[in-house]
Amino acid sequence: MIDSTIIIEKSVIILVVFAITMIMAMYSTWAERKVAAWLQDRIGPNRAGPLGLLQPVADGMKLFAKEEFEPNTPNRFLFFVGPAIAMGTALMTSAVIPWGDRLHLFGRDILLQATDIDVALLYIFGVVSVGVYGIMIGGWASNNKFSLMGAVRAASQMVSYEVAMGLSMIALLMMTGTLSLREISAQQSGMNWNVFYQPLSFLIFLICAFAETNRTPFDLAECETELIGGYHTEYSSMKMGFYLFAEYANMFISSTILAVLFFGGYNYPGMSWAVENWGVNIANVIGIAVLFAKICGFIFFYMWVRWTIPRFRYDQLMHLGWRILIPLSIVNIMITGIVILRQEIMVFLGL
Amino acid sequence: MKILCETKIETESRKKLQKIKKVKMNIESISLSGRKKMVSNKEMTFLEKMYLVAIIKGLFITIKHLFRRKVTIQYPEQVREMSPVYRGQHQLKRDEEGRENCTACGLCALSCPAEAITMTAEERKPDEKHLYREEKYASIYEINMLRCIFCGLCEEACPKDAIYLTTSKVLVPSSYEREDFIFGKDKLVMPLDIAMQNAQLKNAN
Repeated sequence: MIDSTIIIEKSVIILVVFAITMIMAMYSTWAERKVAAWLQDRIGPNRAGPLGLLQPVADGMKLFAKEEFEPNTPNRFLFFVGPAIAMGTALMTSAVIPWGDRLHLFGRDILLQATDIDVALLYIFGVVSVGVYGIMIGGWASNNKFSLMGAVRAASQMVSYEVAMGLSMIALLMMTGTLSLREISAQQSGMNWNVFYQPLSFLIFLICAFAETNRTPFDLAECETELIGGYHTEYSSMKMGFYLFAEYANMFISSTILAVLFFGGYNYPGMSWAVENWGVNIANVIGIAVLFAKICGFIFFYMWVRWTIPRFRYDQLMHLGWRILIPLSIVNIMITGIVILRQEIMVFLGL
Repeated sequence: MKILCETKIETESRKKLQKIKKVKMNIESISLSGRKKMVSNKEMTFLEKMYLVAIIKGLFITIKHLFRRKVTIQYPEQVREMSPVYRGQHQLKRDEEGRENCTACGLCALSCPAEAITMTAEERKPDEKHLYREEKYASIYEINMLRCIFCGLCEEACPKDAIYLTTSKVLVPSSYEREDFIFGKDKLVMPLDIAMQNAQLKNAN
């Protein structure tokens, strides 16, 4: 009996999270065009619906209606699998995100998370790494030199920046002592946000997140000027839509991770007071709203940066990844270690 | 006022010149315009090499544009302000009695640099005196709007004040057919009621 209710509860949460991810990705495309327009002194899409709000629907309809083109490739199966992997991994990551603390409904505590696994952060890293395969396989199967070039660039870029990302994470994990995102969120209650304790780690993680999501200034995998569009040159119709959609879903997820890891997740100042005075439900609904405000802030930041900084040259990208970010994150780990073990070190030195 | 401005600019450039002269006085660094800038290839400091400061500066520049007034003109609803000498759609004029001015002399076609105008002339019948002012008129008068460059040379060449480029803001409508862009007399000749109105206005004045 208890099992079936848990299944229903989790299914509902998964459905809601899935829907939210899709809607956020959809409206990220709209927001991207709007922000781009505003930053360039234009108005942006405003014909489809009020404020152009139906623009993503129109775009989606257009992509569905387009011709499904296939290049003359021996890897037809891989050509179809590529976008599926990209989309699948983009949607899988949201399973471990704690969207809020808990709601008290129907006489039970409902944790606002699809699943609270102990190795949530490792899971995210794992899934994000698999996301490279979507791009790699798609670019390989396209039977086109530009696609392959884009895919190779994406793969090497992602592998390089994952190292720095992982190392920057270690410093944070040394402080939190857990990989569970739920516990990391709970530790940051009030204003004890990790960004104040680990600013360097945050900076490195932020830069790596830009690289991992293939956003400007790290969009070498799909730069139009050099590679006609990189790995998705040969794709059309909804397969192309999947790639683009996966990119925006990734952006949403990485913004979420940034918000949860460094900006306190659903926490806001005075949350415990709100729980006492207004009840668990209201406090947590505000918490969810706060988390989404933080996420939207990061998404805006992504777009803001996109229209500010030009693309890196490839050797600059590799130089930044391997020779600056990785040593910097190792130094960060050492500093964190020294600060954590300062008592022992003092004792060891006889002070 | 103008002279004041000029002298101000002059003194400023002289000041710049003096500044440059103070720094160095040789043939490479001399600047006649006062705007010459020496390229500096100095080593960047550590802070500059990090680029973070520069990136944050850039972010502030772009965020300023977020709050600027937008320059977009939403075309079908809003129309850009045209210059007073704007040349739009052609019109073949009528006189005060509503007769067509054009006598099909062909000077407009001759003067047209884009060769957009063609016409066929015909003799006026006795019972058509109320329709055409001259004894000869254009039975067919066509302007190819795909060729026309709206230079207004036809207007200048016309000895009979027949063709004018109006200030109409209606542009040539888009179409998939080439034939739709060849405007005949049905689209070019001034409507009769407008000619009558003009005549009435003139009489009133």
